[in-house]
Amino acid sequence: MTALDSLVAAVLDEVRRQAGADAAAVVRAESSALALTRFAASAVHQNAADERTTLHLQLTVDGGRTATASTTRTSSAADLVTATLAAARLRPRDADWPGLAGPAPLVSTGNPDEATAQASPAERAAAVAAFVGAAGGLSTAGYVQTSSSTVVLADTAGQHVRGAATSAACDGIARLSGADGVARSASRRFADLDPAALGARAAAKARAGVDAVPVDPGRYAVVLEPAAVGDVVAGLTSGQFNGKAVVDGTSGLRLDEQQFDEAVSLVDDAAGPEATGLPFDTEGTPARRTDLVRDGVPVGLTTDRRVAAALGSSSTGHASDTSATAGPIAGDPALAPGDGGSVDDLVAGLERGLLVSDLWYTRVVDPKRSVWTGLTRNGVWLVEDGRVVAPVSTLRFTQSYLEALAPGAVTVGSVVDPQPGRLTMTYAGTNRFAVPPLRLASWNITGNTTG
Amino acid sequence: MADVPRTVEAAAFDAAAAAVEAALAAGARYADARLVDRRYESMTARDGDVRALTQTTSAGLGVRALVGSSWGFAALGDPAGDADARRTGARATEIAEASAAVPGPPVDLVGVPAVHGGWASECLEDPFDVPLAEKGDLLTGVTATMRAAGVAVAEASSQAWDTRTAFVSSEGARIGQHVRECGAGMHCLTVGDGETQRRSYPAFRGQFGTRGWELVREIDLPGHADRIAAECQELLTAPSCPSGDTTLLLGGEQMSLQIHESVGHAIELDRILGWEAAFAGTSWLDLDQLGSLRFGSELMNITIDPTIPGALGSFGFDDEGTPAAARDAVRNGVWVGVLAGRDSAAVAGLDYAGSVRADGFARLPMVRMTNVGLEPGPHTLEEMIAATDDGVLMEHNRSWSIDDRRLNFQFGCEIGWEVRNGRKGRMLKNPSYTGIGPRFWSSLDMLGGRAPGEWRAWGTPNCGKGQPGQVGHTGHGAAPARFSGVRVGVRG
Repeated sequence: MTALDSLVAAVLDEVRRQAGADAAAVVRAESSALALTRFAASAVHQNAADERTTLHLQLTVDGGRTATASTTRTSSAADLVTATLAAARLRPRDADWPGLAGPAPLVSTGNPDEATAQASPAERAAAVAAFVGAAGGLSTAGYVQTSSSTVVLADTAGQHVRGAATSAACDGIARLSGADGVARSASRRFADLDPAALGARAAAKARAGVDAVPVDPGRYAVVLEPAAVGDVVAGLTSGQFNGKAVVDGTSGLRLDEQQFDEAVSLVDDAAGPEATGLPFDTEGTPARRTDLVRDGVPVGLTTDRRVAAALGSSSTGHASDTSATAGPIAGDPALAPGDGGSVDDLVAGLERGLLVSDLWYTRVVDPKRSVWTGLTRNGVWLVEDGRVVAPVSTLRFTQSYLEALAPGAVTVGSVVDPQPGRLTMTYAGTNRFAVPPLRLASWNITGNTTG
Repeated sequence: MADVPRTVEAAAFDAAAAAVEAALAAGARYADARLVDRRYESMTARDGDVRALTQTTSAGLGVRALVGSSWGFAALGDPAGDADARRTGARATEIAEASAAVPGPPVDLVGVPAVHGGWASECLEDPFDVPLAEKGDLLTGVTATMRAAGVAVAEASSQAWDTRTAFVSSEGARIGQHVRECGAGMHCLTVGDGETQRRSYPAFRGQFGTRGWELVREIDLPGHADRIAAECQELLTAPSCPSGDTTLLLGGEQMSLQIHESVGHAIELDRILGWEAAFAGTSWLDLDQLGSLRFGSELMNITIDPTIPGALGSFGFDDEGTPAAARDAVRNGVWVGVLAGRDSAAVAGLDYAGSVRADGFARLPMVRMTNVGLEPGPHTLEEMIAATDDGVLMEHNRSWSIDDRRLNFQFGCEIGWEVRNGRKGRMLKNPSYTGIGPRFWSSLDMLGGRAPGEWRAWGTPNCGKGQPGQVGHTGHGAAPARFSGVRVGVRG
């Protein structure tokens, strides 16, 4: 029995002792390490490492009075149970309490990589040095991160599972005369990252972005590079495929209709061989592959037990510590590659439009239509007759993501380039968004930095 | 100087001191350590039921070490004793030594007094002493009221934090702080044909402060539930905000976010120096223009003031041990001050720090907003409306977005009203506006705050920054204001 098993057992014993045999509890013990080395002006300026073990308890009494609690004070299981029980007893009974997951086999035990879990500060600094060195003297900034998490979860209905996960990411920019170029990569393995290649790519993009000029607002065809696509996918998974949004009526999805271009297929591959997440969610439901869009047809949602009950389905294993309020959200989304080729190939097929590296500060304006506003970042270029003709300065867009992917509007690139999920960096590390580049027929540019 | 609050345990200082000693013994030339014990509680109700009740305890040690020009930071949850504390201190130095493989320019720290003392926030009614049943009754009651009034979804929530920190530095500082914060808010949604509308009170995320539960009682959620539910339904049939350039009047809550996003973040010195270039972004401000750059109109007076009683960004000392002090950021429209830390100030040639904060024990202290607010102006909202021939009044934030230099912003609000011939007219839905920071602030031509209650220190409990991500608590004094020639009604 591991130390985490012992912690979980101690809490369950306390639950039975203090709350009785009828109490329902989910106990999770998580040992996590997160290390992140940041650099700016081509020097490491922040270098942090954090280790902790956290006990989480969800306790339900009287068939629907629930409280959750967590603590880093792992030696005080009795106190944790006492406080949580007191809170639960004061709550009104929740008629919609969905009950516990109970026993269910895991699809996978996770994809931890021991070398990533053991990566040292010196190894991360060496990766930074490689990025900086490959940028050819340009000023650079970014981070190299490794994380690991080992979790034991048990509930009073008999579920008892163990899993582990690791993640690694390198994310940096190179800067030249007001132009920034970006390159990012994410994996479950630190060794998969190639920081020198990323540094060189970021530098090349920065050099190509010098002397940018504004363009007029209006509708443009666009090629979105994977960093930008990752942001669009994050917007859709959090606001549209999130089952809570469907329950609330704020999702604009039309399930089982041809809402998207048939080139679009999206899954959340939480149990896949490259997933960076844990193999079960915070309710103990095993992670599994969840089809969200198949050939342009929305076919699935991400759910936890409460949302699934409201929708008359079963949980897809997307409960999290924040899903009660934010809803259950995909953690390992993967947009299937298409036949559009490389970014260059997609650009070659663009009569006139914009090549966009990255999006920034995207916020939803109209949830139902999935209208988001945000800005381009780290490079935009004007494309004419299939060729990049000029760098463009930062642009604001206000665009429906649902409508951007409409039938006939999408060409999907052929190469998947896994990105760290910037909007969804969790305690344990960085989500991985497996996305190819996209060419979209229309994107609504509503401003630039001159007005 | 106040004494260390009795609620900060002596043993916490022992652990922090041991960590600092170990960091120095391992080769650091400076070190500081914080033993942080934070308790948090949140309750969320929805449609008449308590939907989530969470309590967390996060206790641990965070240590900074400076080796040459390189920093290292190590954190450990719930250190078991002296050995754990010393191991964490030594690890911070080890990490700093690794940082030195990719070194930067020499690092100095502007001086701060080595204080032995403490601070505690004012708290009349400890939020953790308020019975959960009472909180539940409040939150379920207002959501039931809104649902009964016909909205599709009604949610309300409360949050409370109790944070006790023992800070020790290798320069001799030994500071204890006990900060209690809380707040609450509610919102509702209505769903129409292809649209949703939202109303919230008292702010879109609620109102928060370094105060006790008395804050929640004062905002009187029950007294506003029927109103926002009715407005939320009325919005479904209201005309859309027109598109074009017009006179824009903003309510105080929206002004607080406008200040936060377009001024507060822009004056963060780490951004100005490029230290956040890859993520949070930089700033359009150039240090060479500090003291001369026109940021806005003469009505624009922005202060950095962590001493405001009860405001969410208040403290006695920042997380580098710098005593809280008020400072001008913009005076009569001219940019004159920044949010700084000890190292960033030294790089910039400034002689003040005081705005470095960390989100709990496990995160590196970094430049953060404290209370960054706009001083009250000479007008009232009533006077602004009366003086406007053609404009739009907008209230309560719904969405926000701003570029990485903090120039181009676009905000959506929950509700708007036409202002015609000096009168507030029809309700408008989906109001939004966009602009460029200094141009927008230069168009500030009337500023409220003269009427009682118009100026308020709004609390923002979820300011994101840093990698790994940190959530900051900031305050923003704000009052209604009027701007000329602003583009409104941006469509998607």
